[in-house]
Amino acid sequence: MQVTSHVRAPLVTGGKKLHDVTEDICKQVEGKPTNLWYFAFGISVLALAYGSFCLYKTWTVGLGVWGLNRTVGWAWDITNFVWWVGIGHAGTLISAVLLLFRQKWRTSINRAAEAMTIFAVFCAGSFILMHMGRTWLANWALPLPNTYGSLWVNFNSPLVWDVFAISTYLSVSILFWYVGLIPDLATIRERATGISRKVYGILSFNWSGGAKDWQRYEQVSLILAGVSTPLVLSVHTIVSMDFATSVIPGWHTTIFPPYFVAGAIFSGFAMVLTLMLVTRKVFKLEDYVTITHIESMNKIITLTGSIVGVAYITEFFIAWYSGVEYEGYCFINRATGPYWWAYWSMMTCNVISPQLFWIRKIRRNIAATFVISIIVNIGMWFERFVIIVSSLHRDYLPSSWTMFYPTMYDIGDYIFSFGLFFTFFFLFAKFLPVINMAEVKSVLKSSSAKK
Amino acid sequence: MESTKTYWKGLEELNNHPEFIKNSIKEFPEFSSKELNVNSDSIAEEGSNRRDFLKFLGFSVAAASLAACETPVKKAIPYLIKPEDVDPTNANWYASSYVDGGDYASVVVKTREGRPIKIEGNKKSTVSAGATGVRAQASVLGLYDGSRLRSFQEKGAEISFEAADKKIISKLQEVVAAGKAIYVVTSTVCSPSLNAAISAFAAKYSAKVVAVDPVSAYGISKANELSFGSAFIPSYDFSKAKTIVSIGADFLGTWLSSSEYAKQYSKTRKISEKNPAMSKHFQFESIMSLAGANADYRTMIKPSQEGLVVSNLYNLVAGKLGAASISTTQLSDLPNLKLAAENLVKTKGYSLVVSGSNDPAVQILVNAINNLLASYGSTIDTSRKSNVKLGNDAAFAHFVSKVKDGSVGAVLFYNSNPVYASALGKELASSLSKVALKVSFSDRVDETSSLCDFITPDHHYLESWSDAEPKTGSYSLIQPTITPLFKARAAVESFTAWTGSPVDSYTYLTNFWKSNLFPKQSKYTSFQAFWDKSLYDGVFELPASSSTLSFSGDVSSAASAVSKRYKAKSEGFELVVYEKVGMGHGSNGLANNPWILEFPDPITKATWENYLTIPISLAKKLSIKMEFGNTQRVTLKANGVSLTVPVLVQPGQAPDTVGIAVGFGREKVGKAGNGLGVNAYPLISVANGFANYAISSGVEVSTTGETYKIAQTQTHQTIMGRDIVQESTLTEYKKNPAAGRYFPTIATADGVVPTTDLSMWKMRERTNHSWGMVIDLNACTGCGNCVVSCQAENNVPVVGKQEILNSREMHWIRIDRYYTSDMTHEKAEENKIGAIDMYRNMEDPSENPKVVFQPMMCQHCNNAPCETVCPVAATTHSSEGLNQMTYNRCIGTRYCANNCPYKVRRFNWFRYAENEVFNFNEDLDLGKMVLNPDVTVRARGVMEKCSLCVQRIQEGKLNAKKNNRRPVDGEIETACSQSCPSEAIVFGDMNDKDSKIYQLMEQEYNKRMYHVLEEINVRPNVSYLTKIRNTEA
Repeated sequence: MQVTSHVRAPLVTGGKKLHDVTEDICKQVEGKPTNLWYFAFGISVLALAYGSFCLYKTWTVGLGVWGLNRTVGWAWDITNFVWWVGIGHAGTLISAVLLLFRQKWRTSINRAAEAMTIFAVFCAGSFILMHMGRTWLANWALPLPNTYGSLWVNFNSPLVWDVFAISTYLSVSILFWYVGLIPDLATIRERATGISRKVYGILSFNWSGGAKDWQRYEQVSLILAGVSTPLVLSVHTIVSMDFATSVIPGWHTTIFPPYFVAGAIFSGFAMVLTLMLVTRKVFKLEDYVTITHIESMNKIITLTGSIVGVAYITEFFIAWYSGVEYEGYCFINRATGPYWWAYWSMMTCNVISPQLFWIRKIRRNIAATFVISIIVNIGMWFERFVIIVSSLHRDYLPSSWTMFYPTMYDIGDYIFSFGLFFTFFFLFAKFLPVINMAEVKSVLKSSSAKK
Repeated sequence: MESTKTYWKGLEELNNHPEFIKNSIKEFPEFSSKELNVNSDSIAEEGSNRRDFLKFLGFSVAAASLAACETPVKKAIPYLIKPEDVDPTNANWYASSYVDGGDYASVVVKTREGRPIKIEGNKKSTVSAGATGVRAQASVLGLYDGSRLRSFQEKGAEISFEAADKKIISKLQEVVAAGKAIYVVTSTVCSPSLNAAISAFAAKYSAKVVAVDPVSAYGISKANELSFGSAFIPSYDFSKAKTIVSIGADFLGTWLSSSEYAKQYSKTRKISEKNPAMSKHFQFESIMSLAGANADYRTMIKPSQEGLVVSNLYNLVAGKLGAASISTTQLSDLPNLKLAAENLVKTKGYSLVVSGSNDPAVQILVNAINNLLASYGSTIDTSRKSNVKLGNDAAFAHFVSKVKDGSVGAVLFYNSNPVYASALGKELASSLSKVALKVSFSDRVDETSSLCDFITPDHHYLESWSDAEPKTGSYSLIQPTITPLFKARAAVESFTAWTGSPVDSYTYLTNFWKSNLFPKQSKYTSFQAFWDKSLYDGVFELPASSSTLSFSGDVSSAASAVSKRYKAKSEGFELVVYEKVGMGHGSNGLANNPWILEFPDPITKATWENYLTIPISLAKKLSIKMEFGNTQRVTLKANGVSLTVPVLVQPGQAPDTVGIAVGFGREKVGKAGNGLGVNAYPLISVANGFANYAISSGVEVSTTGETYKIAQTQTHQTIMGRDIVQESTLTEYKKNPAAGRYFPTIATADGVVPTTDLSMWKMRERTNHSWGMVIDLNACTGCGNCVVSCQAENNVPVVGKQEILNSREMHWIRIDRYYTSDMTHEKAEENKIGAIDMYRNMEDPSENPKVVFQPMMCQHCNNAPCETVCPVAATTHSSEGLNQMTYNRCIGTRYCANNCPYKVRRFNWFRYAENEVFNFNEDLDLGKMVLNPDVTVRARGVMEKCSLCVQRIQEGKLNAKKNNRRPVDGEIETACSQSCPSEAIVFGDMNDKDSKIYQLMEQEYNKRMYHVLEEINVRPNVSYLTKIRNTEA
């Protein structure tokens, strides 16, 4: 029995019927791409092409094309890696955690968020491969049987944990996303003719829509939700351990795991918002992704942004309270040293800007949300940059202190990841339903607005 | 059996086809011609079907593409007959000597498969006593310099020995016939045999021999002539000195025989609880020199005050000793001068005053002070004369004037490049065309030899037979360690050929030793035994004569000359022209030596060029803030020369003075060295016939506004109040042997304990060896010899200026140099200065800072942060305590480098070998000959770092094993510890109770011995001993 709440705002507006949902969402898949799509896709492919050239140079000439040096061994590479992994957090959170908590509003956004997760993890993975001096030996980081006898990976190393964490996360995310796609693919199959009917038929695993299919679908979704929920916490916890288990002042911090997870959700939601705001406009899905959705996400952004802000302040307090010379200097240097601008960019973007969402008008304003979502992601990029570069560039022995300056290849390889991400995203937006029709339909009765 | 079955292989056999029978006797039956006969002409006639066409097409495409992939031919030619003394993988060592412009070192040369690859000090020499300088260490690379000439040259064209000899002899005869003068211009030649050959040549053609040093010590020898009656440079013995006063002499870096002095000096700086005696070192100078950086008391003076410092010191010393004082301008307010005099008098008989001045009047006063202090016979030995710098500025100036007036008919330049390395270079260059015959022995087309008619290149010293007499009675041999690489000829052979009695250098040398040295000794009865022993040892000593000279200098006239020439106060800028510790005079092939060029200057840490050092006060005035190597270029005007040079803000540079190093600005030296920096030789003025390295008037410095980058390996100058270098004073040390130590502690449930008491890790037992190192910061002078030695030993690539600017130098060992700042934690607390301001002020060094040097290499931590983070276990700990790198396993994540608290790991950002972008020695087949075959050349994308010379440890262990014994202490030395002139680095097995390192650690445990960053509990195997300064407070 469905009960329609009179208090809660409707999740789907415009008095959509079940058929309207199918029509609205399949329209994008079935119709010809719009000029806007061509334009956006073209730019993405260009970015990918330019980025690929830079990547080619990086791999053939050597990592020296980047601005790294003997003191700062990681900079944009790992900043980008952590940033993309962070962005990749929202998908699982929305799909898994919100599913378990029975948050119905997630249905409109989970598909795109999950796709975004997968593409973001691809980008993150590309930086794992990119940052290696000898990428062609990347398989050595996997615990595979080899011709060297008992030579295994070093299980003490957080980088090995990373390999496990990221690969698990990627496989579970892909699985979760694809399982969710099956009923929708079947819907498209039913409407399609000719070759696309065949393709979508194969992709939908011969979904029949029978009760047994739906039961298994629900079961698998629930199991996968259960499996992915710990991953939301574990992936960024492990990424944070790359830093937390080291001896470098500014890295060696026990606060990192929760702080990184909060930061990841923070940036992930911001990225979902950025993309969804564009998608709903372009694909005219305003009735599915409503202002209520946006507001809910903004609230999570404010929460996680505040957690991150508290973490920043805690770090400073502990650095002072510890009385450790190196730790104390590290944080003073962050705020007042040569990279002060990066630190204060981070503080402004991450701590101050999400607080604006306390104001109802702003958090329900689409333009403001869009701007702040981008600002948050800029801030989160700076957070990783500040942690990595400002800690490394002045660590223990002042004789080695130096600066890091990015080169065109640092920038180019970052552009590569954008090109990769958006190329995938636009292909996804064109060929697959960007909103989970099946799940939206399931909440339509209870939560949609009357016509 | 009857019914033997026959199995036929085909219808042809069954049918007994005649063609089959014909073919069956052949081992490889041919295919039928129709099937595949590519070579047949019949194809064209018969026409080919589609299949054939495709076959031919396929074959030709494959053949053409195979032919296009040319496999590079690597010629590795095995010995047909193995040379008796060459065993592959076994090194051979030959004693030899490195001699160049004041630098003398008796060395042993390591050769592998016939290639010299490493130079080490020869401990048998009483002169250099195992010490080498940076240039000696790098000299092996000079052998493989691609810019060396490969044949004799006549005006740029190749010429044979015979033809050259013929032409030169006939020209010489023409010159003699024309009655014009013949000159042989050399740098100081301290080879007695070559000197004999030159003398014979000079006698035959009545030629004049002029010796000139690019950086001259003529003032000292002249002063000694005026003081003792003969021009010479005495032997100094810093090891006997209890008080050392140096006025502008960088005796640890560049002054005369500095590596010898560094060795002696370090003996007076090594202290222990039992013997806390230490020399007290005062330095008065304008630039920050290496000696000044090591001084206990350093006073900044202007060059125009230099003479007055000496004369005032004389009066102070004379006053205390009751000798007559001299009349001179008073320098009453000069810090530390009175203290210096007091100490000199207090340690009379064990005092030493030296001066770097080239002004004989000043040097006479220095002699007079030493005479008052009874230094002669104790710290100064006049009976053993130093022969390393005998140049005569006046004679050279006379020669140049003769060239100018056209009365010189022929000139031979031996090991001399005066067109570049002389204040008179320009004059000489413009009038050299007036000389009919110009011959240079230079090994390359340089500034002088390019103006010569003939270049008859001399061998590199590693290819030649020769000898040296660095000090009277101390002889040293030079023997070839490789067959000459190019068609060059030993200078002695050229000279003898032109004298008319050609003889090969070996015969000449043995004959010379037979007739001159063999009779002077009595130990050996046969020459062969004497020769073999001398050659094996590399050195031969005659007992020192006991003849002492007595001082009879005219002090008062010297004093009045000094008073006239020097001023207590002066307006305007003054310029000091100095030598860099690495480059030295830089007038020969060394200026093209990538190891030398990339060697970070011990003080400025700058590489690849020279610059104008300016004091902090001037930088403020010109509003130049030097950060991360970013600086500006200025216009320097002095001595009628105007140069545009980058400035380097130098703490400790005396106010209103600037300094510039010679040896750069080469135009014709080779690919690596051309066009780096500016030539400072033209700035040198000539005063009363003496080259004057201090220009006291008419020096102008003006900004150009042009920004510039100087490549420094260290861009942060101060220690930021950290306990990385722990130091104290001698007074405190005598009270408490752990003075200056910082003992980090941590609070636990059981109370406060040392941080090292806690650990997550279980210490592994070291049952066999436990390798470690102790570095005495008090003995280390920061000379950087170890840096080049390590580079040679471990195939460390040269990366070039741009990569140094990118902070990507590859040196496995570096010398951290820190200046003190006016701001300290204590001062901030006293004056209630906040942390932000405190740290900001700490970044600025003092105007006249104290300096510390700290050699830093992989600390081989037992709890190594790098080892735990490597994902592929490419860096691991050995059972003997070494932190070892497995290059093959490394995938290059650089996590280890990030997590290294000492930042000693080096990443191969590019492929440095065989890469034309890095076209230094490892790009050329010739340059690659210097590589140590025991050490891998690292690939792009892998991490590398100090291995504690694991290849040497392994070799030592194997040698011991072969003899069925344990390695003996001292048998295994790392490259850095071996090359350290002051023996500041002690390497050994910490498990061996008889080892020096064990005893030293036992003695200094919880006293002077500490680990850098002890508080992070990484437990390094490299320890340091505190720096103790011999100051009152």
